[in-house]
Parts: sequence; structure tokens; C-alpha cells
Amino acid sequence: MEIVYVYVKKRSEFGKQCNFSDRQAELNIDIMPNPELAEQFVERNPVDTGIQCSISMSEHEANSERFEMETRGVNHVEGGWPKDVNPLELEQTIRFRKKVEKDENYVNAIMQLGSIMEHCIKQNNAIDIYEEYFNDEEAMEVMEEDPSAKTINVFRDPQEIKRAATHLSWHPDGNRKLAVAYSCLDFQRAPVGMSSDSYIWDLACWDTRKGSLVAELSTIESSHRDPVYGTIWLQSKTGTECFSASTDGQVMWWDIRKMSEPTEVVILDITKKEQLENALGAISLEFESTLPTKFMVGTEQGIVISCNRKAKTSAEKIVCTFPGHHGPIYALQRNPFYPKNFLTVGDWTARIWSEDSRESSIMWTKYHMAYLTDAAWSPVRPTVFFTTRMDGTLDIWDFMFEQCDPTLSLKVCDEALFCLRVQDNGCLIACGSQLGTTTLLEVSPGLSTLQRNEKNVASSMFERETRREKILEARHREMRLKEKGKAEGRDEEQTDEELAVDLEALVSKAEEEFFDIIFAELKKKEADAIKLTPVPQQPSPEEDQVVEEGEEAAGEEGDEEVEEDLA
Amino acid sequence: MNEWTNTGREPDPLPSSLPGPTAPGLGEPQAEVEETLKRIQSHKGVIGTMVVNAEGIPIRTTLDNSTTVQYAGLLHHLTMKAKSTVRDIDPQNDLTFLRIRSKKHEIMVAPDKEYLLIVIQNPCE
Repeated sequence: MEIVYVYVKKRSEFGKQCNFSDRQAELNIDIMPNPELAEQFVERNPVDTGIQCSISMSEHEANSERFEMETRGVNHVEGGWPKDVNPLELEQTIRFRKKVEKDENYVNAIMQLGSIMEHCIKQNNAIDIYEEYFNDEEAMEVMEEDPSAKTINVFRDPQEIKRAATHLSWHPDGNRKLAVAYSCLDFQRAPVGMSSDSYIWDLACWDTRKGSLVAELSTIESSHRDPVYGTIWLQSKTGTECFSASTDGQVMWWDIRKMSEPTEVVILDITKKEQLENALGAISLEFESTLPTKFMVGTEQGIVISCNRKAKTSAEKIVCTFPGHHGPIYALQRNPFYPKNFLTVGDWTARIWSEDSRESSIMWTKYHMAYLTDAAWSPVRPTVFFTTRMDGTLDIWDFMFEQCDPTLSLKVCDEALFCLRVQDNGCLIACGSQLGTTTLLEVSPGLSTLQRNEKNVASSMFERETRREKILEARHREMRLKEKGKAEGRDEEQTDEELAVDLEALVSKAEEEFFDIIFAELKKKEADAIKLTPVPQQPSPEEDQVVEEGEEAAGEEGDEEVEEDLA
Repeated sequence: MNEWTNTGREPDPLPSSLPGPTAPGLGEPQAEVEETLKRIQSHKGVIGTMVVNAEGIPIRTTLDNSTTVQYAGLLHHLTMKAKSTVRDIDPQNDLTFLRIRSKKHEIMVAPDKEYLLIVIQNPCE
């Protein structure tokens, strides 16, 4: 509600001075309190109010002008000479210096400091404490781990009657598939109901694209006459060549497109007369694609024959032989890093050979209790190889680490292990046994990664052993020449009949001595159950005796040689 | 390692009644100082030796003046700092020697109340 007071004034009276007069108070408006408004409010009791009893003040901010500061070093060019010395004048400075030098403090200080300083200087000269120690041993991590291998998987023969797994092969791409060949080696004694996959008498080629039936079959007349023990594909432009070896003593080359006849045949007759009767049965075959003209054959008689494919006449195909095993050579493989050295397995030992040393192997294991059936190099480490035995044990050898015993020996199964294949990465090993179980093992990373310096160690070891064998060979040759010389001197005195008799007598004598030695060794071994001593190499003096035509003096020399070896 | 400690002054000159050698008595300690500094300089690998006082004046040096003054100025501060650090950690302790090993060589500083003995060595092992 608005309170308004209205009045009227004449225009001529504007600006006139005001005359005030008293009068009684008049009540213009009286506004009564409205109690309804009180309901909009709430009474507050007690009421807090701040009161300060002080001078009231106000606050102001002010900022002065900035003062810029900087920290800097000073490069003095001249020291703090005292005021009276002019640094530019040489005379004054020299005089000052001389004065200081005469000061007793100076002298004492220098003497003391000098001795401390000399001590430290000499220390520095004596030893460089900041040099790089342990420079070569940085990457030692993997070596401390114990070598180990664990079984990943076991594949069993799906047929009811168990057959032996005789051959394994990894799929070349991806390494995820494994082909296992089962066969029954006792063909004649096959029980009823056994499935009929067995020997391959003829060379047969399966094509996985065409299904499980035989794709190509060679004709029986031109094929091998004995079981074929080894087949390998060859590296050729057409990609259709392969070769096979069997115990009938022949190695044949085939072209898959024309299986009716082999393209080439080589008869393994080491006397180079190409007589099939003299030929040695082949058990294993080896071919390295980096050396395309050479291949090697391991025979039943314990000899490795190295052959050259490109030789003009068949007689020259056989380049050299490596005797040394007593029984059939079941496995033959070149070292993937050093193709000049190869590994063979036969009888109870595994041997490493070098192509340069033809009379004996450069390294060999001791004679085991069980027959060794297969061996393979590790594709990643030049000093590691694997062997399998008839008692079901898989041995892993690392000759950088230890040469006398396997680094790791695992009993894979109770029956004999027949074959072994390492996957290309070196980690997985598959081994097949007599009852058809294929076991897949994974090796610890220490055995499947290349160690530092390993290649150098391997090559130096091979060289060293080869050199040793060469020296021994040379020595043997010398001795033989000497014998021959002596024998020829006495040759004229003997007659032919004596020669024949002597031969037999010598042979029987040698046999007797041989058996005596063996028995003595066995007795010693029994008495000494812990240590196994390797049997000294008997064959070389014996062979010498048999080959040289029974000259008595030579025989005697031979006996002496045998005794010398034993001594 | 043989430690060459200076076990004291050289034996006294002959008694004055006898006509002794003409070397001045005061020259003896100075000769020792000379000898010490020369010996230090002749050690294997030593590049330079300097004696500097607290104001940065080089008393004896085998390097040129400007280098010496630079070393003196910088090392003085560093030595003071190192000394105060050592004493802050343990007031009973004191700095005896300071060694700075760098890629090229080693700077060794032996501090004293008034003087600094600085040696630059190249340990050539």
C-alpha cells in the first residue's frame, strides 16, 4: 500500500522561501500489525551475534617491483693477489711466491699432503679399480639350470596287436605333425590277425594327396632283393628323385615318374670289383643337401662307406670307408653345423667321425649295457646329440659339458626304443618303441638354445680329436711299414705250406688271447661293480694279422702289438 | 707396495765448530719440499701438479697459469662443499682427501687449512 501525500502550489510561488510553522501532530496513516505475517517466521532463541571490541582495520595488498637474480659462476683468470702485488708484473709475483714458500706452515702442509697424495697415486698405478670386471660372463643365465626333459604326449598304436614303431618323421612345415611308420619285423612269425603293413620290398611311394593307397610301385625284378632299410628324397630340380639302400648291397636311384627301373645302381663292394657277392648290406643312408654329390651308407658289417655320386665309373663311386663298428650301423647323420663330422650308432657305442680321419672314429662313447638303436644330432646345438637304447632309455649327450657320460639319461619306457627324431627347433623329441608307443618329450631350454662360444668349442674339439687320430694313424702306419720291412727280410726263408699253417695257428692264437682278455675284463668288472673301463680297441691289430698273408714274423710282431695295447 | 713416508727431517748438519757445507740451514725443508713435489710429478701417469693457496694464487704449478687458476677456483669451492658435507654428517669427522674420477683422468685434491695440493693423473691400465 502506498502512502501518498498530494499538495497543490501555484506556479508563481515556485522557488519562494519556505515558512515553517508549528502545528499539532496529525496521524496520517496507521498500519496495524498483521499477525498472519508472524506465521511466516520462526522465533529463534538464543541468537548468536559476533561482537568485537577492537579497532576496525582494513587489509590492502601491494607488490613491489621485481628484482631479478641469477646464479652464475665466475671464471677467474687470475688469482686473488693481495693489493700490493700487481699480477702483471712478473717480479712481484715471483717475490710473493718465494715468500710463501719460505713459510713454515707451507712446508709442513706440503710435506703432509705430499705423502697422502703419493699414496693415492701409487694406488692408482697399482690397480685400476674402475675397470670392467666380469666382462665375459654377462649372459650366464641359462647354464645354471639342470638339464631336464619331460614327456608331453604319448601316442599308442591304434591297432590291437602291437607293432613296433620303426620310423618317425616330422612334418617339415610347422612341425606340428608326426608321421610314424609301424612295421612288424618278424614277418614270418606274424600272428593271425595282424594287419598287413610290413616290409617294403619294392620301393613304394605314397602320395598323401592321393589317399592311403600306394601311389607308385617299382617293379619287383628291378628292385632290391632284400628289405629296403633306408630311403631319402634327393634335392633336385624336378623334385622327384630319391634313392634307396637295402641289405642286398645295392643303392639305387629312382625317379618317381618312372618307377619301373632305377636310374642308377651302385653296388657296395669295397674291393671295387662290383661283385654282388662281396657287397655289404646297407642299413642306413645319409644324404646332406648341402653336399649334393656325396652320400654315405652305413652297412651291416659295421663299415661306413662314403660315396661320390658324380664319379664316372661305378668303381670310383666308392670314395672311402670308415671301419670301426662291430655290428650293423643303425644310424648315420652328419652334424648340421659341421658337415665334415658325422655321428654313427651301432653295436653298443655311438661314434663321432671326421671325414679326414679314415681309420677310426675321433670320439666314441663307452660300451653300454644295451644295444644302441638310433641317434640324432640336435639341430640347434652342435655339441648335443640324442641316442636311444634297447632297454628303453633315451640319452642326451652334450660333449661340451661332459664327454664320458650322457648329460641326461631318461627311461622312456620299458620296452626297446627303436627310433628317434628331433624336431627342427631342437625342443621336441619323438621316440618310437617296440610296442608302438611314440613318446613326445620336451627338452629343457638349456639343451635347446645355442650357448655362447658353443660353435667355437665344438669346432676346436672336432679339430683336436681329428688331429689326435691323425697322429695315431701316422704312428700305426709307421709301425706297419717297419713290420713289413722286417718281414720281407725273412720272407725268402719260408715255404708256402708253412704260410698256410701259420695263418690258422695265428688266427686261433689271436682268438684265444682275445677271449682271455674278455674274460679277464668281465671278472674285473664284476669285482669292481662301480667303474666301467672301456675295452681297448681289439680289431685293428687283428685285421692286420688276417690281411697280411700270415708271415710269421709279422704275426709275432702283431702279437706284441696286441700286448703293447693292453699294457 | 712400498710406502714412502717421510719420517722426519734429514739428520742435523755437522756441529758448527767444524766448517760445515755451505748449504743454508733454512734451505733444508725447502729442498725436501722440492724433492717431494718433483717425486710426485715423476710418478707414472701424472699429468700435472699444483699447489694453490686459499685465494687462488698458484704457488707451484706444472701447468699454465690460466688452467691452474681455473682448477684452483673450481676445486676450492668443491673442496669446501665436501668438507662441510663431511662435517655436517659427523662433526668429529674431517675431509682428508678428495678424488674425482672422470673419463679421461683422475683429479686428486689434498686439502689443507690454507693450501690445496692438486694432482691430475691418468691411470693408464
